[in-house]
Amino acid sequence: MSIFRIGFLPLVDSVLPIVAHEFELAKAEGVSIELVKDPSWATVRDRLIYGQTDAAHLLAPLAIATSLGLDRPAVPLGAPFMLGLNGNAVTVSPRIAALLGEGAVDDVAATGQRLAEVARAEAKAGRKLRFAVVHRYSSHNYMLRYWLAASGCDPDHDVEIVVVPPPFVAEALEVGEIDGSCVGEPWNSVAVERGVGVIVAATARIWSRGVEKLLAFRRQTLDERRDEVAALLRALHAAGKLVADRQRRDEVAKVLAKPAYIDRSAELIARALSNRMVLAQGQAPTAITDFLVLHREAANFPWRSQAMWLYSQMVRWNHAPLDSQGFEAAAAVFRPDIYRAALAGTDAILPTASAKVEGAIEQPLGASSVSGRLILGPDTFFDGRRFDPDRAEEYLAQG
Amino acid sequence: MDESPARAAVIEEGLREAGLSDISILVERRGLVARLEGLAPDVVLINLENPGRDMLEESFALSRALARPIAMFVDQSDEHSIAEAVDAGISAYVVDGLRKDRIKPILELAVRRFKAFSRLQTELAEAQSALADRKVVDRAKAVLMKRRGIDEPAAYALLRKQAMDSGRRIAEIAEALVTADALLGGDS
Repeated sequence: MSIFRIGFLPLVDSVLPIVAHEFELAKAEGVSIELVKDPSWATVRDRLIYGQTDAAHLLAPLAIATSLGLDRPAVPLGAPFMLGLNGNAVTVSPRIAALLGEGAVDDVAATGQRLAEVARAEAKAGRKLRFAVVHRYSSHNYMLRYWLAASGCDPDHDVEIVVVPPPFVAEALEVGEIDGSCVGEPWNSVAVERGVGVIVAATARIWSRGVEKLLAFRRQTLDERRDEVAALLRALHAAGKLVADRQRRDEVAKVLAKPAYIDRSAELIARALSNRMVLAQGQAPTAITDFLVLHREAANFPWRSQAMWLYSQMVRWNHAPLDSQGFEAAAAVFRPDIYRAALAGTDAILPTASAKVEGAIEQPLGASSVSGRLILGPDTFFDGRRFDPDRAEEYLAQG
Repeated sequence: MDESPARAAVIEEGLREAGLSDISILVERRGLVARLEGLAPDVVLINLENPGRDMLEESFALSRALARPIAMFVDQSDEHSIAEAVDAGISAYVVDGLRKDRIKPILELAVRRFKAFSRLQTELAEAQSALADRKVVDRAKAVLMKRRGIDEPAAYALLRKQAMDSGRRIAEIAEALVTADALLGGDS
């Protein structure tokens, strides 16, 4: 049986490869999965590029940065399968949460404005707010920056943005090392349970279909093991279906809770899986629509326009140079061709296009597909902007 | 940088023997970036699984943006030695432009020491577990001798037979017996 060693960080959105392994869906496709847990994204990336693993649960922008060689020699990666959309939240210390007021999570635009005011006041008093993101090249960094900037807060001057690995976020909030963070689950919930953090925004409200983790391979692996990769993708698709089944949610949460995976309680893990988050210690759960989308609406399809939006943000914050080749190279990391070839003949929805205007869908919309009925849910940005991949440089020129 | 002070000391000793004198060891995650900026190192060696690595890379990227090069990943031609280091469990960051003939021996030495250290750890763990096994077998023998009124060789023979019949290790059988005896109120 062909083996895929898959690197991952303990996060709820590592669920698909774990479920594919634990529920023997990979075995049914004739492949076997070995999971390799690590504490930092740098390590997950290094194991992948130096061949200790065959694939990795990876931040989408980090896969792009690695392929482009942004701060280390380039290693071309390919991502034929997204592991979910959104699933992150902004959690702040109880002191800042009190300044933002009740019901912050309901209105991300108003909360952004309020946060910008607080940030400026704190900076004026010589206490610049410090926010943690999980990596320089992370959706967390770009979503937080997008939100702050659109709310009138300059993320490079009005606040400080630092890097803290997810498992250390609660501790960093507790000792006052940071005032807030943008991190994936269950690490917001861990901070909430300790009473050291309050969830004030979900990234799903900043961009309702935000690009997040992907399954990355060395491009060489994609070329040399095409059939085996296809079998693995079918297993992950089956895992998505299982995870989408409400009846099996508790079972899935229990598996993720094992020490070998997330090593936190199933109750905590189930929150993101059920889109019901406890925002502050002792509160009843609040429903957050599409907090984490793992399977529906062809969520695992690698839209090249999403890679290009990420590249636009990398340019915007001086993480990458502005050139059209960069946009093309970023788009080429996403491999919708492999996704379609692997899932042809299954019940998976296969979109016809490989790119779309991001942020243009306000009401559920039928879209063209090779097979299956594709209905795309609202994918708007909170400030109403749209990203047309054919006019990426124009988009950047507007700020 | 290493979360294991013992391993860091082993590597440091090797580097000093190789004639390098300006070495600093960082163990704590907190305040790491500030300390590193103060040190302005030519080469940073860090254990691969150190959770501080993402913070470290961020600080390198930032300092480069400020045109104050501290360190960045090795250049392309060093990829092979880095791959070997990664296999051993080390990651390295090297100031751009530092002479390769200076970097290579440092890295190779660190890799050798790192491997030797983990070999030592494994041997130590094996020795400890052998010791623990022997202790639990002794206790199990004592339980059997007392409860069944037999001598030591007979008690050991019983344990060994049970282990062979059930396809388990003698230490496992002994462990189970000692646990059962404690639960059943044995006073041994």
